[in-house]
Amino acid sequence: MTLNRRKVVASLLERRGGLLVVAGLGAPAWDCTAAGDHPLTFPLWGAMGSAATIGLGLALAQPKRRVLVVTGDGEMLMGLGSLATIGVRRPGNLSIVVLDNERYGETGMQKTHTAYGVDLAAVARACGFAEAHIVRRSAEIAGVRARVYRGRGPVFYQIKVGAAPEPLVLPPRDGVVLRRRFREALLGSDATNF
Amino acid sequence: MPDWPAELHRALNTHRVRQVGYVPDAGHARLIELCHADRGMIALPLTSEEEGIGLAAGAWLGGERAALLMQSSGVGNCANALTLAANCGFPLLMLVTMRGEAGERNPWQVPMGRATPEALRLAGVRTLRLKHAEETKATADAAVKLAFEEQSAVALLISQQLIGVKSFEEKQ
Repeated sequence: MTLNRRKVVASLLERRGGLLVVAGLGAPAWDCTAAGDHPLTFPLWGAMGSAATIGLGLALAQPKRRVLVVTGDGEMLMGLGSLATIGVRRPGNLSIVVLDNERYGETGMQKTHTAYGVDLAAVARACGFAEAHIVRRSAEIAGVRARVYRGRGPVFYQIKVGAAPEPLVLPPRDGVVLRRRFREALLGSDATNF
Repeated sequence: MPDWPAELHRALNTHRVRQVGYVPDAGHARLIELCHADRGMIALPLTSEEEGIGLAAGAWLGGERAALLMQSSGVGNCANALTLAANCGFPLLMLVTMRGEAGERNPWQVPMGRATPEALRLAGVRTLRLKHAEETKATADAAVKLAFEEQSAVALLISQQLIGVKSFEEKQ
């Protein structure tokens, strides 16, 4: 029984409090939007491979807030080096959740490297993440959630999810709007002080 | 000759740049040391230059300023990540040491060095030139203000004539 990506993301983002979220392009961004469009979610429509480093810059800038990157296996593979860069600094408030359907879902469901056995969690562990695991069972999601909100990071979870497509739930497309609303929600009146 | 790396560090420090991502270049060696030694800065090695574009975007979302140090060969690695600056209007400050210019002794540095100004322009990044050490303060201040006060993507290209040429001879 494979995990459903929408249910996993809904579990992680319900009652999210002050959680800051970066959503990688494609299905992970739609999953986060399906859980509720939120000014403190920064969904990507491009810049593939950048989700983890955006999360890193944000986590370093906001050490008192929890930062969660939700991305896909293809997106994470394109930014694999960023796991090593995170390993240099190891911010304790950063979590990365990879929704691993072993497919490039936006381009015709071609198999990704994880379908051939590449173990992203093992890479993250080797890069010095405090914790990094493959997750396959729904019973484990509560533990993932607890670590995302309270654990000592950086933590990394490669969550194996089904490959069945979900309905499109799209976030705003205008990058300037996404940037501004995030800063205003996080920084308040300071958002306009550069 | 004025101490141009120290002047660049002063500009970053004065203008509250806190996160400095870098892929090393010999021309940036001293500035990297100065950033590491600055307790108000986080200097962070990157495995590839495009990581710095993401880092800078994340820093800005979190209310901090970032800068990115690289050599011209790394500009080519940034192309798609620069979508973040073009689409979202993130401020971006790149300090790029030029290779492949007059006197270069590694021909493999020449193609990307030659393409760098145009590649940046095509990706929507404004470029400023630093050729003479005496101009460092004025040019660096201008680049920082363009990046963060006008909120634009800016690359300061540091000419090879200022940095010097890598000799490829054993150090004595």
